[in-house]
Amino acid sequence: MIMEKKSPQEELRIGVYVCHCGANIASKVDVESTRDFAAKLPHVTVARDYKFACSDPGQELIQKDIKELGLNRVVVASCSPQLHEKTFRNACADVGLSPFYVQMANIREHVSWVTEDPELATRKAKSLVAAAVRRLAFAAPLETKRVPVHPDVLIVGGGIAGIHASLILANAGRKVFLVEREPTIGGHMAQFDKTFPTMDCAACILTPKMSDVKNHPNIMMWTYSEVEEVAGFTGNFKVTVRRKARYIKEELCVGCNDCVEACVLKKDRVQVPDEFNVGLSRRKAVYMPFPQSTPACVVIDPEQCLQLMKGKCAQTCVEACERAAIDFDQSDEIVEIDVGAIIIATGYKPFEARRIAEYGYGKFANVYTTLEIERLVNASGPTGGELRLRDGTTPKVAGVIHCVGSRDRRYNPYCSNVCCMGALKMAHLIKERTGAEVFNFYVDMRTAFKGYEEFYDQILSEGVQFVRGRVAEVTDWAMTDEEKGKLVIRVEDTLVGVARRIPVDMVVLAIGLEPQADAGEIQRKFNISCSNEGFFLERHPKLGPVSTFTDGIFLAGACQGPKDIPETVAQAGAAAAEALCLVDKGFVEIEPNTAWIDEEVCSGCKTCIPLCPFKAISRDEEKRIAVINEALCKGCGTCVAACPSGAAQQNLFTDEQIYEEIEGVLSYA
Amino acid sequence: MKYLYYPGCSLKGTSRGYEESILAIFEKLQLPLQELEGWNCCGATAYMAVDEIKALALAARNLALAEQVAGNEPVSLVAPCNSCYLVLSKAQRHMEEFEDIGDVIVKAMREAGLRYEGHVHVRHPLDVLVNDVGLDALRRAASQPLNGLKVACYYGCQVVRPYATFDDQHNPQTMHELLKAVGAEPVDWSLGTRCCGGSLTGTIEKAGLRLCYILLREAKVRGADAVATCCPLCQFNLECYQGQIASMFGDEVDIPVTYFSQLLGKAMGIDERTLGLKRLFVPLTTAAV
Repeated sequence: MIMEKKSPQEELRIGVYVCHCGANIASKVDVESTRDFAAKLPHVTVARDYKFACSDPGQELIQKDIKELGLNRVVVASCSPQLHEKTFRNACADVGLSPFYVQMANIREHVSWVTEDPELATRKAKSLVAAAVRRLAFAAPLETKRVPVHPDVLIVGGGIAGIHASLILANAGRKVFLVEREPTIGGHMAQFDKTFPTMDCAACILTPKMSDVKNHPNIMMWTYSEVEEVAGFTGNFKVTVRRKARYIKEELCVGCNDCVEACVLKKDRVQVPDEFNVGLSRRKAVYMPFPQSTPACVVIDPEQCLQLMKGKCAQTCVEACERAAIDFDQSDEIVEIDVGAIIIATGYKPFEARRIAEYGYGKFANVYTTLEIERLVNASGPTGGELRLRDGTTPKVAGVIHCVGSRDRRYNPYCSNVCCMGALKMAHLIKERTGAEVFNFYVDMRTAFKGYEEFYDQILSEGVQFVRGRVAEVTDWAMTDEEKGKLVIRVEDTLVGVARRIPVDMVVLAIGLEPQADAGEIQRKFNISCSNEGFFLERHPKLGPVSTFTDGIFLAGACQGPKDIPETVAQAGAAAAEALCLVDKGFVEIEPNTAWIDEEVCSGCKTCIPLCPFKAISRDEEKRIAVINEALCKGCGTCVAACPSGAAQQNLFTDEQIYEEIEGVLSYA
Repeated sequence: MKYLYYPGCSLKGTSRGYEESILAIFEKLQLPLQELEGWNCCGATAYMAVDEIKALALAARNLALAEQVAGNEPVSLVAPCNSCYLVLSKAQRHMEEFEDIGDVIVKAMREAGLRYEGHVHVRHPLDVLVNDVGLDALRRAASQPLNGLKVACYYGCQVVRPYATFDDQHNPQTMHELLKAVGAEPVDWSLGTRCCGGSLTGTIEKAGLRLCYILLREAKVRGADAVATCCPLCQFNLECYQGQIASMFGDEVDIPVTYFSQLLGKAMGIDERTLGLKRLFVPLTTAAV
């Protein structure tokens, strides 16, 4: 397509600033030669290089040139606009230049950091500078829009991360919607018995926070609910939540469990594995996940309840409920809420131990996961806290295997962070409860945080035996009489340099952490990114650890990567602070990158209307042209690319700007 | 898809029964194997240890011949011996992955008037039977199902290591599936890829025999009527030293050691002589069959 070029209205006076970024850029790019090259480009009034353009003196240099040399456009060839575009825009705006007259040329991330050969790097830097200079000629002094922010916050996930973030925001006076898909809040932490390294009882430190959430006037706690759809943008999200039918009137139920007693489903035969006890016990169709469930309200499983499945049941539960809280006619409720910020705290999924066939989980009765042992040693667990093997005997020797599913290219290459400490805790608990001899099989011991190494020391002094090596297999083939009837752990002891066979009664697999099975779906719903392994991606690994690439959406806890409780809580606090910062500011500035229709050119062909993913385009039937609703437009550019007549244009990315940029790159090849 | 058969030395020597049964069952499944004309040593064992590149060049010649026979047709070169299968696969991969090795081999072949474009697919019969023939076809072909014959499925090391192309590296299942399809009952053991001793039986005998002993004893402990193998060396080690093992460890370990293909053939109603089952030192007791 041949474009008729509009020429700029005023005389251009462009300043080009080539940043060294210390040695980050200067070690690969010849900054002096790039500066001299820039100085000779048309309309360039001044070109300078500077060690750190982003420093105060660097910014002052630009401001001084604007004032003294009458610059009306500025190119900064430095790092990614993600980092410093705002800095330079603000510096120019301070001396009266429109921030949209500043153009960044990214010669660090796009050039010096990724190019081996200095000569090629310099050539590329020059191309990008030329492109930026040419693009600027067609920049327009746009206005950023200010949009008011809705003060409420949505938190997705009611584990310790979501609980902590909710309380912080609620205490700061914000209204919080806490949406949790399980029938109770509490998450994985509620399943734990003790927490390392201080061995506080998990329930003792968690349940007070759970009831604080329940009782807080600023928190709307929606359990058994899931986010269906998210629309809008930072400061103004419209969220659709499905509140699944519980078949219980939540406001009437007091959690007395009379209905559970009364449920006709016979023990063990038709009952289903209890999710909270990771299948170690069974539950009925109506159940309360655990004694301190919050809300203290039962739930009816529609896939087990005879009344709901077949419409035929004696309904002994209804009879038993003195408060008439059971309601078989309930149906899912769809609620729409407006929030300004969203914190995603959807947690993790424990590694499925069956995937490693050679460890025998699911095949040998006495191979357990760490999560199962948590439940077995817990006083409210299926055995009332008695640590017994499945045949009722007490283990005399136990082996705890580290790194199950972690640091293993076959499954997950990453370290799950929490399992070393979790496995040490297991060793301690097994020893304490049974007096068994315990072996821990580790690859590397990772006990890096406060009080952790001391905990490891303590476990060592308790007489736990540590064998360094990745376990090859757990097997039941015996070489000696001593091994008969035992599980044999085969491992190369890499400190001694021999292959060992260690017979044990009980094997505990320290399973790693994985992204939730539906993390991909959550990612799409909230329009955020995932890293390779499927955990949600933070905006910057160091400087934006709780932000996402979608403004207004923050991350907390293990959904962003494996974390233990202290780190999760710290991150939840950070996410709450960031969300608070956004909603308390009261407004957001929206980059004016929206599309618009040139009324003169538009033929009203309607090509663009069905293509817009945000339903921002409609047709003005009178003028017979397309109209874009700027409030809905996200600036994706789909309509611009699709428009057959070139009537759809996009601010910051007009055809002229893009063609000039391309020609700028090509002019210096 | 064309199927060419690469026998290698063992199938013409110590493991005649493997060749006989493989050819018979493929015939029965209407997928006759055509022996690669002019094949030579695959380059396994000692060769590989002495001069890797020469060993790989030796293997590559077979690949080039197979490509020549196939013309432009896609071709599977079926190598039943685990060692052959591994070395041919290794030659294929090394030529693709390592330019220096590829160059030497290409040059060597050019001297012999050969060239190789990399179009041959090296396959193990376990792979072909499960993925090309399919378990359903095997079920249909099993006119005399094995009626719960208890089998210890033994894969050996090379068929899934280091390249696990068609089965799980740590817990292979294809032989289990095949034998289950024809009515056998694989016993529960986790020693499927444990070392058979390899050449140790000929060098450090005691160490080698101990490894064989573990496998044989465990097969018996688990109630197996027979061990099924897919590798000539494994079969040889497990079958031929049973007497020595018994006197060395004071434990009877007599158990028939068959090729999986012999059991499949039996289920298809092919007679024992054709399948080479008469060659077994410890006869397969047919009580269960």
